[in-house]
Amino acid sequence: MTKEELKEAISVLVPSVTYDETGEFLNVIVDASDFRHFMKQMILDKAYDFDYMFCLTCIDWKTHLMMVYHLLSKNHKHTLVVKVKINDVNAPAIETVCDLWKTAIFHEREVYDLFGVNFHNHPDMRRLLLDENWEGYPLRKNYVDENMIEI
Amino acid sequence: MNLLGEPELTEEGEFVINMGPQHPSTHGVLHLKVWLDGEMIKKVQPHLGYIHRSIEKMSESLSYRNFIYVTSRMDYLSAHINNQACALAVEKGLQIEAPPRAQVIRVIMAELTRLASHQLWWGCTGLDLGAVSPFFFAFREREAVLEIMEESCGARLTMNYMVPGGVMMDIHPNFQKRVKDVINQIKSKFQEYDNLLTGNVIFEGRTKGVGYLSAEDAVSYGVSGPTARASGVSCDVRKWFPYDGYDKVDFKEVLGTGGDCYARYMARIEEMKQSVYIIEQLIDNIPEGDFQAKTKMVLKLPKGEFYQRVETARGELGVYIVSDGAASPYRIKYRSPNFSNLSALEHMAKGGKIGDLVAIMATIDLVIPDVDR
Repeated sequence: MTKEELKEAISVLVPSVTYDETGEFLNVIVDASDFRHFMKQMILDKAYDFDYMFCLTCIDWKTHLMMVYHLLSKNHKHTLVVKVKINDVNAPAIETVCDLWKTAIFHEREVYDLFGVNFHNHPDMRRLLLDENWEGYPLRKNYVDENMIEI
Repeated sequence: MNLLGEPELTEEGEFVINMGPQHPSTHGVLHLKVWLDGEMIKKVQPHLGYIHRSIEKMSESLSYRNFIYVTSRMDYLSAHINNQACALAVEKGLQIEAPPRAQVIRVIMAELTRLASHQLWWGCTGLDLGAVSPFFFAFREREAVLEIMEESCGARLTMNYMVPGGVMMDIHPNFQKRVKDVINQIKSKFQEYDNLLTGNVIFEGRTKGVGYLSAEDAVSYGVSGPTARASGVSCDVRKWFPYDGYDKVDFKEVLGTGGDCYARYMARIEEMKQSVYIIEQLIDNIPEGDFQAKTKMVLKLPKGEFYQRVETARGELGVYIVSDGAASPYRIKYRSPNFSNLSALEHMAKGGKIGDLVAIMATIDLVIPDVDR
């Protein structure tokens, strides 16, 4: 499907989503309440068939966190970027997708480690790269460390 | 077994061993916690982060010219291709394109890097599985490639040759002659590689049918590069999303069907032949002209998001830049191929023997700094 066709089809599926077409890919911003249902449709519905998640990350916008999922369909060769806003910056949490895409097992642990986002129903929610007793989440913009030097 | 494929662990009969972080076959500081029932692997848990430097955080305070150099320290065997990914991402944001001469130089250099990387892998795979001589044979050709790098870029491992807009300096006058010599040398040695390792009975016994990864699992785990292609998954970024004129050269995407260690081995051997073929097409056709497009001293990307992916020697590297219009990136994410490939390790190793774990690690071709970043 092309960008426009994808947009049309998704608008019918989940009317509450908003779009951002400034970038290279079609960006879909989904509500956290619809997120899990939406992602399930994206992989299980053969019309979309987004079987390959090639990037999963998070962006700290200070007032809120934004989860970003890059999806590609190997069959249809179309790409979609799904974004979910997390408003609670003190105790951020979202549903996991690691039962749908297994690559998310590691990527979600990385996001938990570096951003502190808690993934509900993740089977192994531990820190991945840093020490178990590390304080703070380094990729957050408000992170301070005594060893950091301002350039 | 649940959906994630975790077995129920019994209290008796299992013991836990730690492989690494200082284990010769892990090629760096990878720490694997392995649950064993006799010799059978029940569970593998990778413990990462021994060389985590938070390159993503570092890049947030570096300029768009400087952050590229840090990426040479991720996958140090594909340093050149990492630089290329970043340069292309910045070019995408600036909406400029490297001149034709720079593009051809970039492709030749990238393919030379891939050859050097696969040769190191070939030698180390032999070493891991008990054959010592391939290591020395592989380094003979790799050395010749690195000398070309040294002559044109000034460095052997962390080349830092790619800059936004092209390449840093023009190629050395000897470049074309030496590249031709090297590819002729490598071409004449492929038969030797096969004689030494490919047809070896012990080697085949250690790799055939070992560490099976199905095509569906490869896609689900986000596995890319030769590791996925050996399972029959088409994922070559050079074919799917061509960059720097890869669509103008003729080459074949190597696809295997076996999905085991031997198929992964054969995929890389074939890929070396394709790299040689690409270089042969380009080396006499380097266009004249500028080697760098004109760019401003201080680069500023417009507000927005830019995603660039390239095919490194290990798979798909994605550079995701989020810009807020300043002179340094607001957020950078490196989607590194080794990170995703490593996540499939447990799936491949489970149910096999402890000795097979070494064969699997060797054929995934892990580079740990790329996993930890």
